[in-house]
Amino acid sequence: MKVGVCIKRVPGSDSRISVTDAESGPDLSGVGWEVNPYDSFAIEAAIQLQEASIASDVVVFSVCGADGDAKIRDALAMGKKGQSGASKAVRLDDPAFEGSDSLGIARILAAAMSKEGVDIVLAGRQSIDGDSSQVPAMMAEILGWPSVCEVTDLEVSPGKVKAWRQVGGGKREVVELPTPCVITTDKGLNTPRYPTLPGIMMAKRKPIEVLDAAALGLDPGSVGAAAAHVSIGNWSPPPERPPGRMLEGDTASVVSELITLLRDEAKVL
Amino acid sequence: MSNGILVVCEHENGTPKKTAYELLSKARELSASLGGDVSALLIGASTTEMLGEYGAATVYTVEGADFDAGGPGAWVSAMSAAIAAANPAVVLGSTSDRTRAAFPRLAARIGAGMASDCTELFVDGGAIVARRPMYAGKASAEVRFSSDVALVTARPNSFPGATASGSAVGSTPLDAQLSDLDAAVKIVGLEEPKSAVVDLAEASRIVSGGRPVDSAENFDALIRPLAAAMGATAGASRAAVDSGFAPHSEQVGQTGKVVNPSLYIACAISGAIQHLAGMRTSRVIVAINKNPDAPIFEHATYGIVGDIFEVVPALADEARKQGISA
Ligand SMILES: Cc1cc2nc3c(=O)[nH]c(=O)nc-3n(C[C@H](O)[C@H](O)[C@H](O)COP(=O)(O)OP(=O)(O)OC[C@H]3O[C@@H](n4cnc5c(N)ncnc54)[C@H](O)[C@@H]3O)c2cc1C
Ligand SMILES: Nc1ncnc2c1ncn2[C@@H]1O[C@H](COP(=O)(O)O)[C@@H](O)[C@H]1O
Repeated sequence: MKVGVCIKRVPGSDSRISVTDAESGPDLSGVGWEVNPYDSFAIEAAIQLQEASIASDVVVFSVCGADGDAKIRDALAMGKKGQSGASKAVRLDDPAFEGSDSLGIARILAAAMSKEGVDIVLAGRQSIDGDSSQVPAMMAEILGWPSVCEVTDLEVSPGKVKAWRQVGGGKREVVELPTPCVITTDKGLNTPRYPTLPGIMMAKRKPIEVLDAAALGLDPGSVGAAAAHVSIGNWSPPPERPPGRMLEGDTASVVSELITLLRDEAKVL
Repeated sequence: MSNGILVVCEHENGTPKKTAYELLSKARELSASLGGDVSALLIGASTTEMLGEYGAATVYTVEGADFDAGGPGAWVSAMSAAIAAANPAVVLGSTSDRTRAAFPRLAARIGAGMASDCTELFVDGGAIVARRPMYAGKASAEVRFSSDVALVTARPNSFPGATASGSAVGSTPLDAQLSDLDAAVKIVGLEEPKSAVVDLAEASRIVSGGRPVDSAENFDALIRPLAAAMGATAGASRAAVDSGFAPHSEQVGQTGKVVNPSLYIACAISGAIQHLAGMRTSRVIVAINKNPDAPIFEHATYGIVGDIFEVVPALADEARKQGISA
């Protein structure tokens, strides 16, 4: 069984994001890039399937420019001593892809999964830059495959996936679906391993294939800015919070003052 | 020509959730300038009366064994049937585990633009515009749509103060069939938590504990009783969850839940940027921390410098004494 893993590079979760221009959006020139943290759960899950001899091959996919290769190599470096982890990566890269909305990215990834003959796609539940949680389920729909989102436990057997996902109120839903399918991973599924030194060395020699629209058989008009159904603008920083108030005094008086303020001033009780 | 707003209403065992009323009220307000009717869709339930009172002119219902469990395929086919019936310009849902699974599939099926987890909605030039946080709330931007139908999910509690002003309506049952693809995901079980809790993402009051709570026993003895006394739901930082003091379903933050309550009480939580990512839009933030320089105080509406082992039980006692209700 061949497993495809979708990864995106994103500004690290501790990055400062400053909006200086309402139209162009945040200035990302100084940020440190990371593999989207949710995608790390997807890579780890794929490697575990490989270790359990369920996955015969793992391939990493990313829609990005050549500047994304460093993070693709980070993903390729994950693996166990003596075992390879992902065998290669595919970078989906074409000027025609620029300005794609989530649906465009999903079309590109879906075409790549078909071309590579992938049986299961693992992706993150959400990318922490756009925070949209859309691409994987869209990809599944385009492929005509079922999908399960936000998985915190997973059992894969030939032709079948059983998955657990958090739903409202602390409940967990258990679902079954056939392969091929798309699965998105949530925190709790596993603890991503750190790359080992041999893994990092091995990753340098693994191929990163580059496919463009023509290689994917994609109509360039179906992706990119011209095909996008949404446009984003008028960026702003988060609203300023009014300055807070520190409550002072002994414990008995501050707690009673707090309840009074919450009830009578803030009106939230 | 598409027109009007279709609100996909979630329910708990047949009773519409608070989010359903919030969205219907907001849709009614938007439709004054957007034009068209507000309609509602209930999947796997038929308790429609109140939905009319909050603004729905028509309530579509889809029921039957295939739809009651609420799998993503069932939702997509039910929503497709409602779109065919109502021909809306906007389909509006609440951010949830259901909509995250189903809305993007619907968007791909009908070729529509989608904006997730929006916190503001307005009409400009006769079209819907959504503002949504990105980069974990460190920035936000407006989304405009060029597709016939705009799919929008809104963060719970973004539009508080739903008011009833319409009149009850009956249900308009829709006939929806599941394709093989839509039937492929089978829900085979539902594991209940030890005790029923309000969905954190939709809670209007939250009391959260951090790493210094120090054990699951202390979490149960300190944080949960304060939550109960305040009519709130318990939450936790990642450090507390990763140390095993609280389950992952209670984690607030970038890799946990994004919450939007009217009151958030952070007990011994430093205010790391990844924690703020999950709670920064809370209307009122209370911080209890023994370090006066803790970053959480920069975001707090009210701050108390003190030891949680002393302040938290005292606050719970005071709340009980004053009879705070949920
Ligand atoms: C990719 C990534 C994702 C992450 N996602 C999340 C997430 O979703 N949610 C999240 O919360 N974190 C997340 N984190 C972790 C985050 O960076 C912090 O490490 C975490 O939030 C710290 O938890 P804490 O505030 O409970 O603990 P600490 O940082 O240890 O802070 C404890 C605070 O309590 C105070 N204190 C100590 N003792 C007492 C006492 N007795 N009484 C009162 N105050 C006391 C201290 O002054 C301090 O401010 C993420 C990190 C990364 C890298
Ligand atoms: N440009 C991309 N390249 C590869 N995978 C992506 C890309 N964008 C999104 N994904 C995948 O889809 C998941 C959800 O992303 P999103 O829908 O953007 O929140 C991510 O965690 C990735 O696994």
